[in-house]
Amino acid sequence: MESLIAVLVGVLFATGTYCLMRRSIVKLVIGVVLISQGANLLVFTTGGLLAGRPALVPADGVAPPAPFGDPLPQAMVLTAIVIGFGLTAFLLALVTRAHEAVGDDDINAFNNTDT
Amino acid sequence: MPTILILSLAIIFLTACLAPTLVRYLGDRAGWLLAFAPFSAFIMLVAQAGMIEAGEALVYQVDWFSALDTSFSLRLDGLSLLMALLVTGIGGFIVIYAGGYMHGHPQLGRFYLYLLAFMGAMLGLVVSDNLILVFVFWELTSISSYLLIGFNHEQKETRWKALQALLVTGLGAMAMLAGFILIGTVTGSYSLAEITRMGDLLQGCPWFTAIVILILGGAFTKSAQVPFHFWLPNAMAGPTPVSAYLHSATMVKAGIYLMARLNPSFAGSGLWEYTLAIFGSLTLLLAMFLGLFQKDVKSILAYTTLGVLGVLTMLLGIGSEYAIKAMVVFLIGHALYKATLFMVVGAIDHETGTRDVTLLRGLRKLMPISALAGGLAALSMSGLPPFFGFIGKELIYKAGVKLNGAELIFLVVALVGNLIMMGLALKAGVGPFFGKPNHAALPKKPHEAPLAMWLGPIVLSVAGLVIGIIPFWVTEFMVAPALAAIRGAEIAHLDLALWNLVRPNLPLLLSGVTVLGGFFVFLNRARFWAVADRVLATIRPYGAEAMYGRIFNATIWFSKAQTRWLQTGRLHDYVFLIVMTTVGFLTWAIVSFGGLNFSVDWAAYDLLIICLVIIMIIAALVAVTGRSYITVLVALGVVGFGVALIFAYYGAPDLAITQLLVETLTVVLFMFVVLRLPPLKTISGRFTRLRDGIMATAFGGLITILLLKAVNIQFDHAISDQLAAMSYPEAKGKNVVNVILVDFRALDTMGEIVVVTVAALGIAALVKSGLKGKGKRS
Repeated sequence: MESLIAVLVGVLFATGTYCLMRRSIVKLVIGVVLISQGANLLVFTTGGLLAGRPALVPADGVAPPAPFGDPLPQAMVLTAIVIGFGLTAFLLALVTRAHEAVGDDDINAFNNTDT
Repeated sequence: MPTILILSLAIIFLTACLAPTLVRYLGDRAGWLLAFAPFSAFIMLVAQAGMIEAGEALVYQVDWFSALDTSFSLRLDGLSLLMALLVTGIGGFIVIYAGGYMHGHPQLGRFYLYLLAFMGAMLGLVVSDNLILVFVFWELTSISSYLLIGFNHEQKETRWKALQALLVTGLGAMAMLAGFILIGTVTGSYSLAEITRMGDLLQGCPWFTAIVILILGGAFTKSAQVPFHFWLPNAMAGPTPVSAYLHSATMVKAGIYLMARLNPSFAGSGLWEYTLAIFGSLTLLLAMFLGLFQKDVKSILAYTTLGVLGVLTMLLGIGSEYAIKAMVVFLIGHALYKATLFMVVGAIDHETGTRDVTLLRGLRKLMPISALAGGLAALSMSGLPPFFGFIGKELIYKAGVKLNGAELIFLVVALVGNLIMMGLALKAGVGPFFGKPNHAALPKKPHEAPLAMWLGPIVLSVAGLVIGIIPFWVTEFMVAPALAAIRGAEIAHLDLALWNLVRPNLPLLLSGVTVLGGFFVFLNRARFWAVADRVLATIRPYGAEAMYGRIFNATIWFSKAQTRWLQTGRLHDYVFLIVMTTVGFLTWAIVSFGGLNFSVDWAAYDLLIICLVIIMIIAALVAVTGRSYITVLVALGVVGFGVALIFAYYGAPDLAITQLLVETLTVVLFMFVVLRLPPLKTISGRFTRLRDGIMATAFGGLITILLLKAVNIQFDHAISDQLAAMSYPEAKGKNVVNVILVDFRALDTMGEIVVVTVAALGIAALVKSGLKGKGKRS
């Protein structure tokens, strides 16, 4: 079940890494967004994929009926999604502000800004 | 009473801490008070001599890192007692002496702190039983001696020399530590007492050669054997009390001590014995040769110390009973006379303002007590009866004449070495006091040194005379137990009485030759000075020190070059390097874990998922290549909502909901700032883009392979199953993922909230500062 998703994860990492190596500062944000999507899917997939079996306890039961999707990676990914959002938001603000302050969008122009 | 071991250590370290305060209130009289610490330790240790002589050992042990088989264990046997007495006994006089020598120095308190800390480290070293503890104290002596040698750190040259001593001995210690760990692995013990009983096991193991070389790396650097000899004369940059203490009596003997300590394990192997004997002889010969050309009294003494270290190593290598006996006696004798000579030289320097032997003459009338002490010490060093030095020298020859065949070369080496050493002893200890005075040529008008500065020399030099005449107590309670510890045998009774040695035999004849030759060297000393500068300048470029300088500079050059190469200051290069390294290691990991052996299952998919993944891949590529913000944002949105759909499809409704929310917010945020962002454009050239593209594709491909391999491994679901089973009964929650987040791993969620809060604060600050900046500009 996982092979297709694995290819998708690879593509997300490749495109994200490529963006991180660009000099335009906005591409950095795009790269971070793509890589965090890839990383979330990676962790999610390592737990094993099961279609339509969430880890929910039925109304009259005490435990989810087996088999069910592994809840532990899901919990971790949930945390990661939220933190990834925080990071993206902060990065976006930082890039906007830096662009205003330096007046350039080439990351190599940011080397000599200590005054 | 084993607690006296820890007590004597504690008293010295505590006094070290108190020293700066005491000096602040008492000035340089504080030395008299501080000397109580080493002297009281000395007395406590002397009280144990009877027990040690009876063949027992004092053991003090508390657990330290029991998991690593490392305990804080101290052990006092014959060899440890001998070294500990030298460290504390001579140390006490040095402490007093330093008060006079450093009279009025503004940093005297700091000096005493370093000196006493060194003393404690040295004492700890010689009484440690655990190898790791030995290493800790060994390094403490290196560090404290670095501080002492570099005490006059205003001068660049002093700093260079101090660093040299630290680097040489410190790197040697690293080798030694590796050797210790090998010993521990082979024997299964880090206790010296146990290791010295396991010589056969060690000598039989395949790592024996490596162990010997690594251990000698530590011992030879610390005890300044060829080719690591050069740091010792350079260490004379330290104040004279430091030279007297570290470079005569104690630190340089740490290497000798270690070799002697491990001798029972290694003795009998040709590797050990010949290495020591050969390097010892080379050190002796080189030191004597270089010593001949020195004009600075302190340098002369430094080279004779180097020579003595060579003799001691050589004797240990010869390893016969006579040789070890000679070594122990020589070690004691040397500590007494060399400390004295250094202190006398310090007094001369202090009172006349120079250490140049060509200027110093006829001081005996003006400095009678120093002259007496220096003369007695020089005679002991020359090996004349009835001084203790004579016994040592006789024993060396006795050990030498027992050799046969090619090994007789060591006897010749000893003879030549002793002969020159006597010449140098007279040059340094007698020369300055006799002859026609020329006080006018001296920088200062000389007079006798103060009490603090002649007390130590006179006591130690008279001690060398007294124990030469009546050696019984020293041989019975110090030499014999130490001999037993070094040879790993029962304590034998020695007869070293003077009248037994003065017999017409070959050793005595050799002594006679030594005396005549020594006087000859002394009388012709001016001839060597005449050519000194030329000789030294000729050999300097080929010496070990020049090699050290080249290695040092090469290291700095390499360090600078690799910094220039790696730290370019461009983000692209850092990311590229990180990705490249990761790709390399990942490839290696995948290959070493069986390569591409995973199964793929292309068939079992819904059409829905297949279409979704294809759309997402296209969207990701568009997000990278898109030229307008609208295109890129839509593409990013497609990727994000696609991920949400995958979550939903594979049984993770919570993730899907969160992802949808977050994705919406992200797009909104982007839209919010999009007008303030610079236009999307391509800056890098075609080649760079191609190279980055290949690297990124390789990285992505490896991640895919990694994931394919990972899902083929059967994970242990024990934790997940346990959490799912506990979810309802324990936490009364039916959604297991939610229960994990808010109950079982609530602290993680708390951390997550903190992260988001901090990010929000950061954003607020950034936006606010942006507004302020705008306001100012307009």
